[in-house]
Amino acid sequence: MTSALFYDRLQFAVTVIFHYLFPQLTMGLALLIFYLKSRAYWTHDAHYDQAGHFWTKIFALSFAFGVATGIPMEFQFGMNWAKFSTFAGGVIGQTLAMEGIFAFFLESTFLGVLLFGKKKFGPFIHWMAALMLLLGSWLSGLFVIATNAWMQHPVSYTIDHDGAVHVTSLWGLLTNPWLFWQFSHVMTAAVATGSFVMAAVGAYYLLSGIHLDSAKTFVRTGVVAGAGASLLLLFPTGHHEALQVFEHQPIKGAAFEGHFYTEAGADLVLLGQPNMDTLTIDNPLVAPQMLSFIIHKHFGAEIKGLTDFPREQWPDTMPLLYYAYHMMVGLGTIFLSLMLTALVLLWRGHLFQARWMLWALMLIAPFPYIATTAGWMTAELGRQPWLVYGLFRTAEGNSPLVGSGNVLFSLLGFLGLYLFLGLLFLFLFFEIISRGPAALSGTRSISEPMS
Amino acid sequence: MSIDILWFVIVVTMFAVYAVLDGFNLGTGMVYLFVARTDLERRVVMKAIGPVWKGNEVWLVAGGGVLFLAFPKAFAAGFSGFYLALNMVLWVLIMRGLSIALRSHFPNSLWRDFWDTVFASSSVLLAMVLGAAVGNIIRGVPLAGDGYFFVPLWTTFMPGPTPGILDWFTVLMGLLTVAILAVHGANYLMIKTDAVIHSRASRIAVAGGWVVVLLTLVLMSTLPFVQPVLRHTYDTYPLGSILPMLSVTALAGALYFRRVGKETAVFFSWALFILGGLGSVAWGLFPNLLIATEDPTHSLTIYNTAASPYGLQVGLVWFSIGITMVIAYTTWVYLGFRGKVDRSSIEGNYE
Repeated sequence: MTSALFYDRLQFAVTVIFHYLFPQLTMGLALLIFYLKSRAYWTHDAHYDQAGHFWTKIFALSFAFGVATGIPMEFQFGMNWAKFSTFAGGVIGQTLAMEGIFAFFLESTFLGVLLFGKKKFGPFIHWMAALMLLLGSWLSGLFVIATNAWMQHPVSYTIDHDGAVHVTSLWGLLTNPWLFWQFSHVMTAAVATGSFVMAAVGAYYLLSGIHLDSAKTFVRTGVVAGAGASLLLLFPTGHHEALQVFEHQPIKGAAFEGHFYTEAGADLVLLGQPNMDTLTIDNPLVAPQMLSFIIHKHFGAEIKGLTDFPREQWPDTMPLLYYAYHMMVGLGTIFLSLMLTALVLLWRGHLFQARWMLWALMLIAPFPYIATTAGWMTAELGRQPWLVYGLFRTAEGNSPLVGSGNVLFSLLGFLGLYLFLGLLFLFLFFEIISRGPAALSGTRSISEPMS
Repeated sequence: MSIDILWFVIVVTMFAVYAVLDGFNLGTGMVYLFVARTDLERRVVMKAIGPVWKGNEVWLVAGGGVLFLAFPKAFAAGFSGFYLALNMVLWVLIMRGLSIALRSHFPNSLWRDFWDTVFASSSVLLAMVLGAAVGNIIRGVPLAGDGYFFVPLWTTFMPGPTPGILDWFTVLMGLLTVAILAVHGANYLMIKTDAVIHSRASRIAVAGGWVVVLLTLVLMSTLPFVQPVLRHTYDTYPLGSILPMLSVTALAGALYFRRVGKETAVFFSWALFILGGLGSVAWGLFPNLLIATEDPTHSLTIYNTAASPYGLQVGLVWFSIGITMVIAYTTWVYLGFRGKVDRSSIEGNYE
């Protein structure tokens, strides 16, 4: 397991997982900040202005790390995956270039206005900058997911005499049926991350008895948005993503459910460990016939099992895929029950006194990151052994002349650098939290050398 | 003009605009420790680039995206071939971005000294590597018949059939780039600052200007030997000589405007000098994107790497719309932040 291909895959996994920790917070917060800034702008309520200002600091911190770790993603397509880029550039070059032109410029330019331009441009432009950041960061997500959706479910392409693919309809590429549910699901997850983090910071302040006014706003906003997002994650977005997997990628579906043998009335595996020798689930806890019901709305429906497909078409890390999927779904279920309970408490007026719930809201904050990462692992591990589903194998995609020693060199470099960046981010994040919203208003900080 | 040529012009323009816009950020970084000694002075310099540097850097990423769209095979070959150098570019880009974002986060002097040093050294390194990259593209790379290559960081330090990323020619290109961008940054700071920072930047710009003239002359004289294709192209299509003439005129103009003290004119002449220089290189290499050092039939041109005609056409439609919007709001933001950095809002506002 020391081939260049193995290190190429590991490096892409490491860099993309680390990178996506940051955009999921910024895309989610962009929406919440826009809400806070809008309330501040239309009601002239200084309290919301202060809240928006505080979260802009966290947003800017996460954005800086997201941009810094995002550039390697585009570069790696060419650096590590040259054969894939040659094969697929005629299609995915479109969406990746669109991300640069329509999203990156917008985000980066208006972040400058949001951080430095309050005095120079006035409150309306400042509010508009928040809107542009929301638009830019979500467009960025749209184009990346359009690229991924094409790799999951290739549409609108022809294959030329060299064997490379070319786009036949840009409109078809941007209306890929796979894209709609995947984008909805991923963006809802980003809103969940943003809301959970906002609620957690508010809960921390309430439990500590500091910044109480801001804390209540954070918890209220976080719980309402978080409950909505948790609901939408499960249904309809998650449910429809699963349906399209079973329709177009039945091997992936069978693998992540741990469903080995074709049967009518298939059970839903809730817990257990896949045994790759006996092709069964060890220590199974199942919901009888539920898998058939969820996918086909009929308890007796037949679901194809993994063993119906040739083994070389199975995802090559099937147990990891299975665990990733079960972690995502399990955490999603916990999120929904927790947030709905918090919402009821909020509605009844008890939430700010319910210390046990505030503790739970505070401690749950890292878990949306884990669930989102597990979700992406489900999508990407499940796509194996294909780089472009059904068209192009991962094993054929890496750069032919970049040897394993050179990839290991860069992998180790990224591991070291990202360990440093991760610690640095946490340090700065907790530092902003500990300074609190009141201390920040009217002064300056992160990304803002002076104003 | 065929659509492949149009996309060649677009790709070159994207990278050239990057060189001019992020160039003054890099140059600012290079001269940073010399023009700004106290913390207050450093915050003034940081504020001079603060609102715009991130947007400037996007031209590099967007340029990469546009190259991928239009000439995917060249993107794949180039990025995998320069694997080692590009990884280091990435690490340096990451550290530089964070240094600008984080240096003023704490009033602690060790914290600020650390990020100031990171900012200055990463700016020098990045300019050096980007210059060497242009040198590699001029000199050519050992492309094989399948359209791929891989260059180590160095071999014998001589440009030849099996060169490394660093040889005497590409190192000289790197040094020239460092000198050009240091002056570019100093020119920018002269517009954006006053008093002591202004006078220090002015001294660097004047001295650096002559270093640039000297290095340019040296490199120009070596070009016909390092890459005969350039000479050949200019002989065949002499119309392109406008570009090097424009570049040299802009350089002379910058030296003249400096003498008469027209700072804005100096800045724009210098920018034109950079654009003209990169344009000259592009004209000389056309239609090649990467020239093979061993067998010229292995060279990657715009014709054997282009995406499909439909992809290029539909790309042109959305690109025209997108880039027009980018230019509009970027110009608007630059106008909004124009003028010298306001010191009064910095003094006494220490976290």
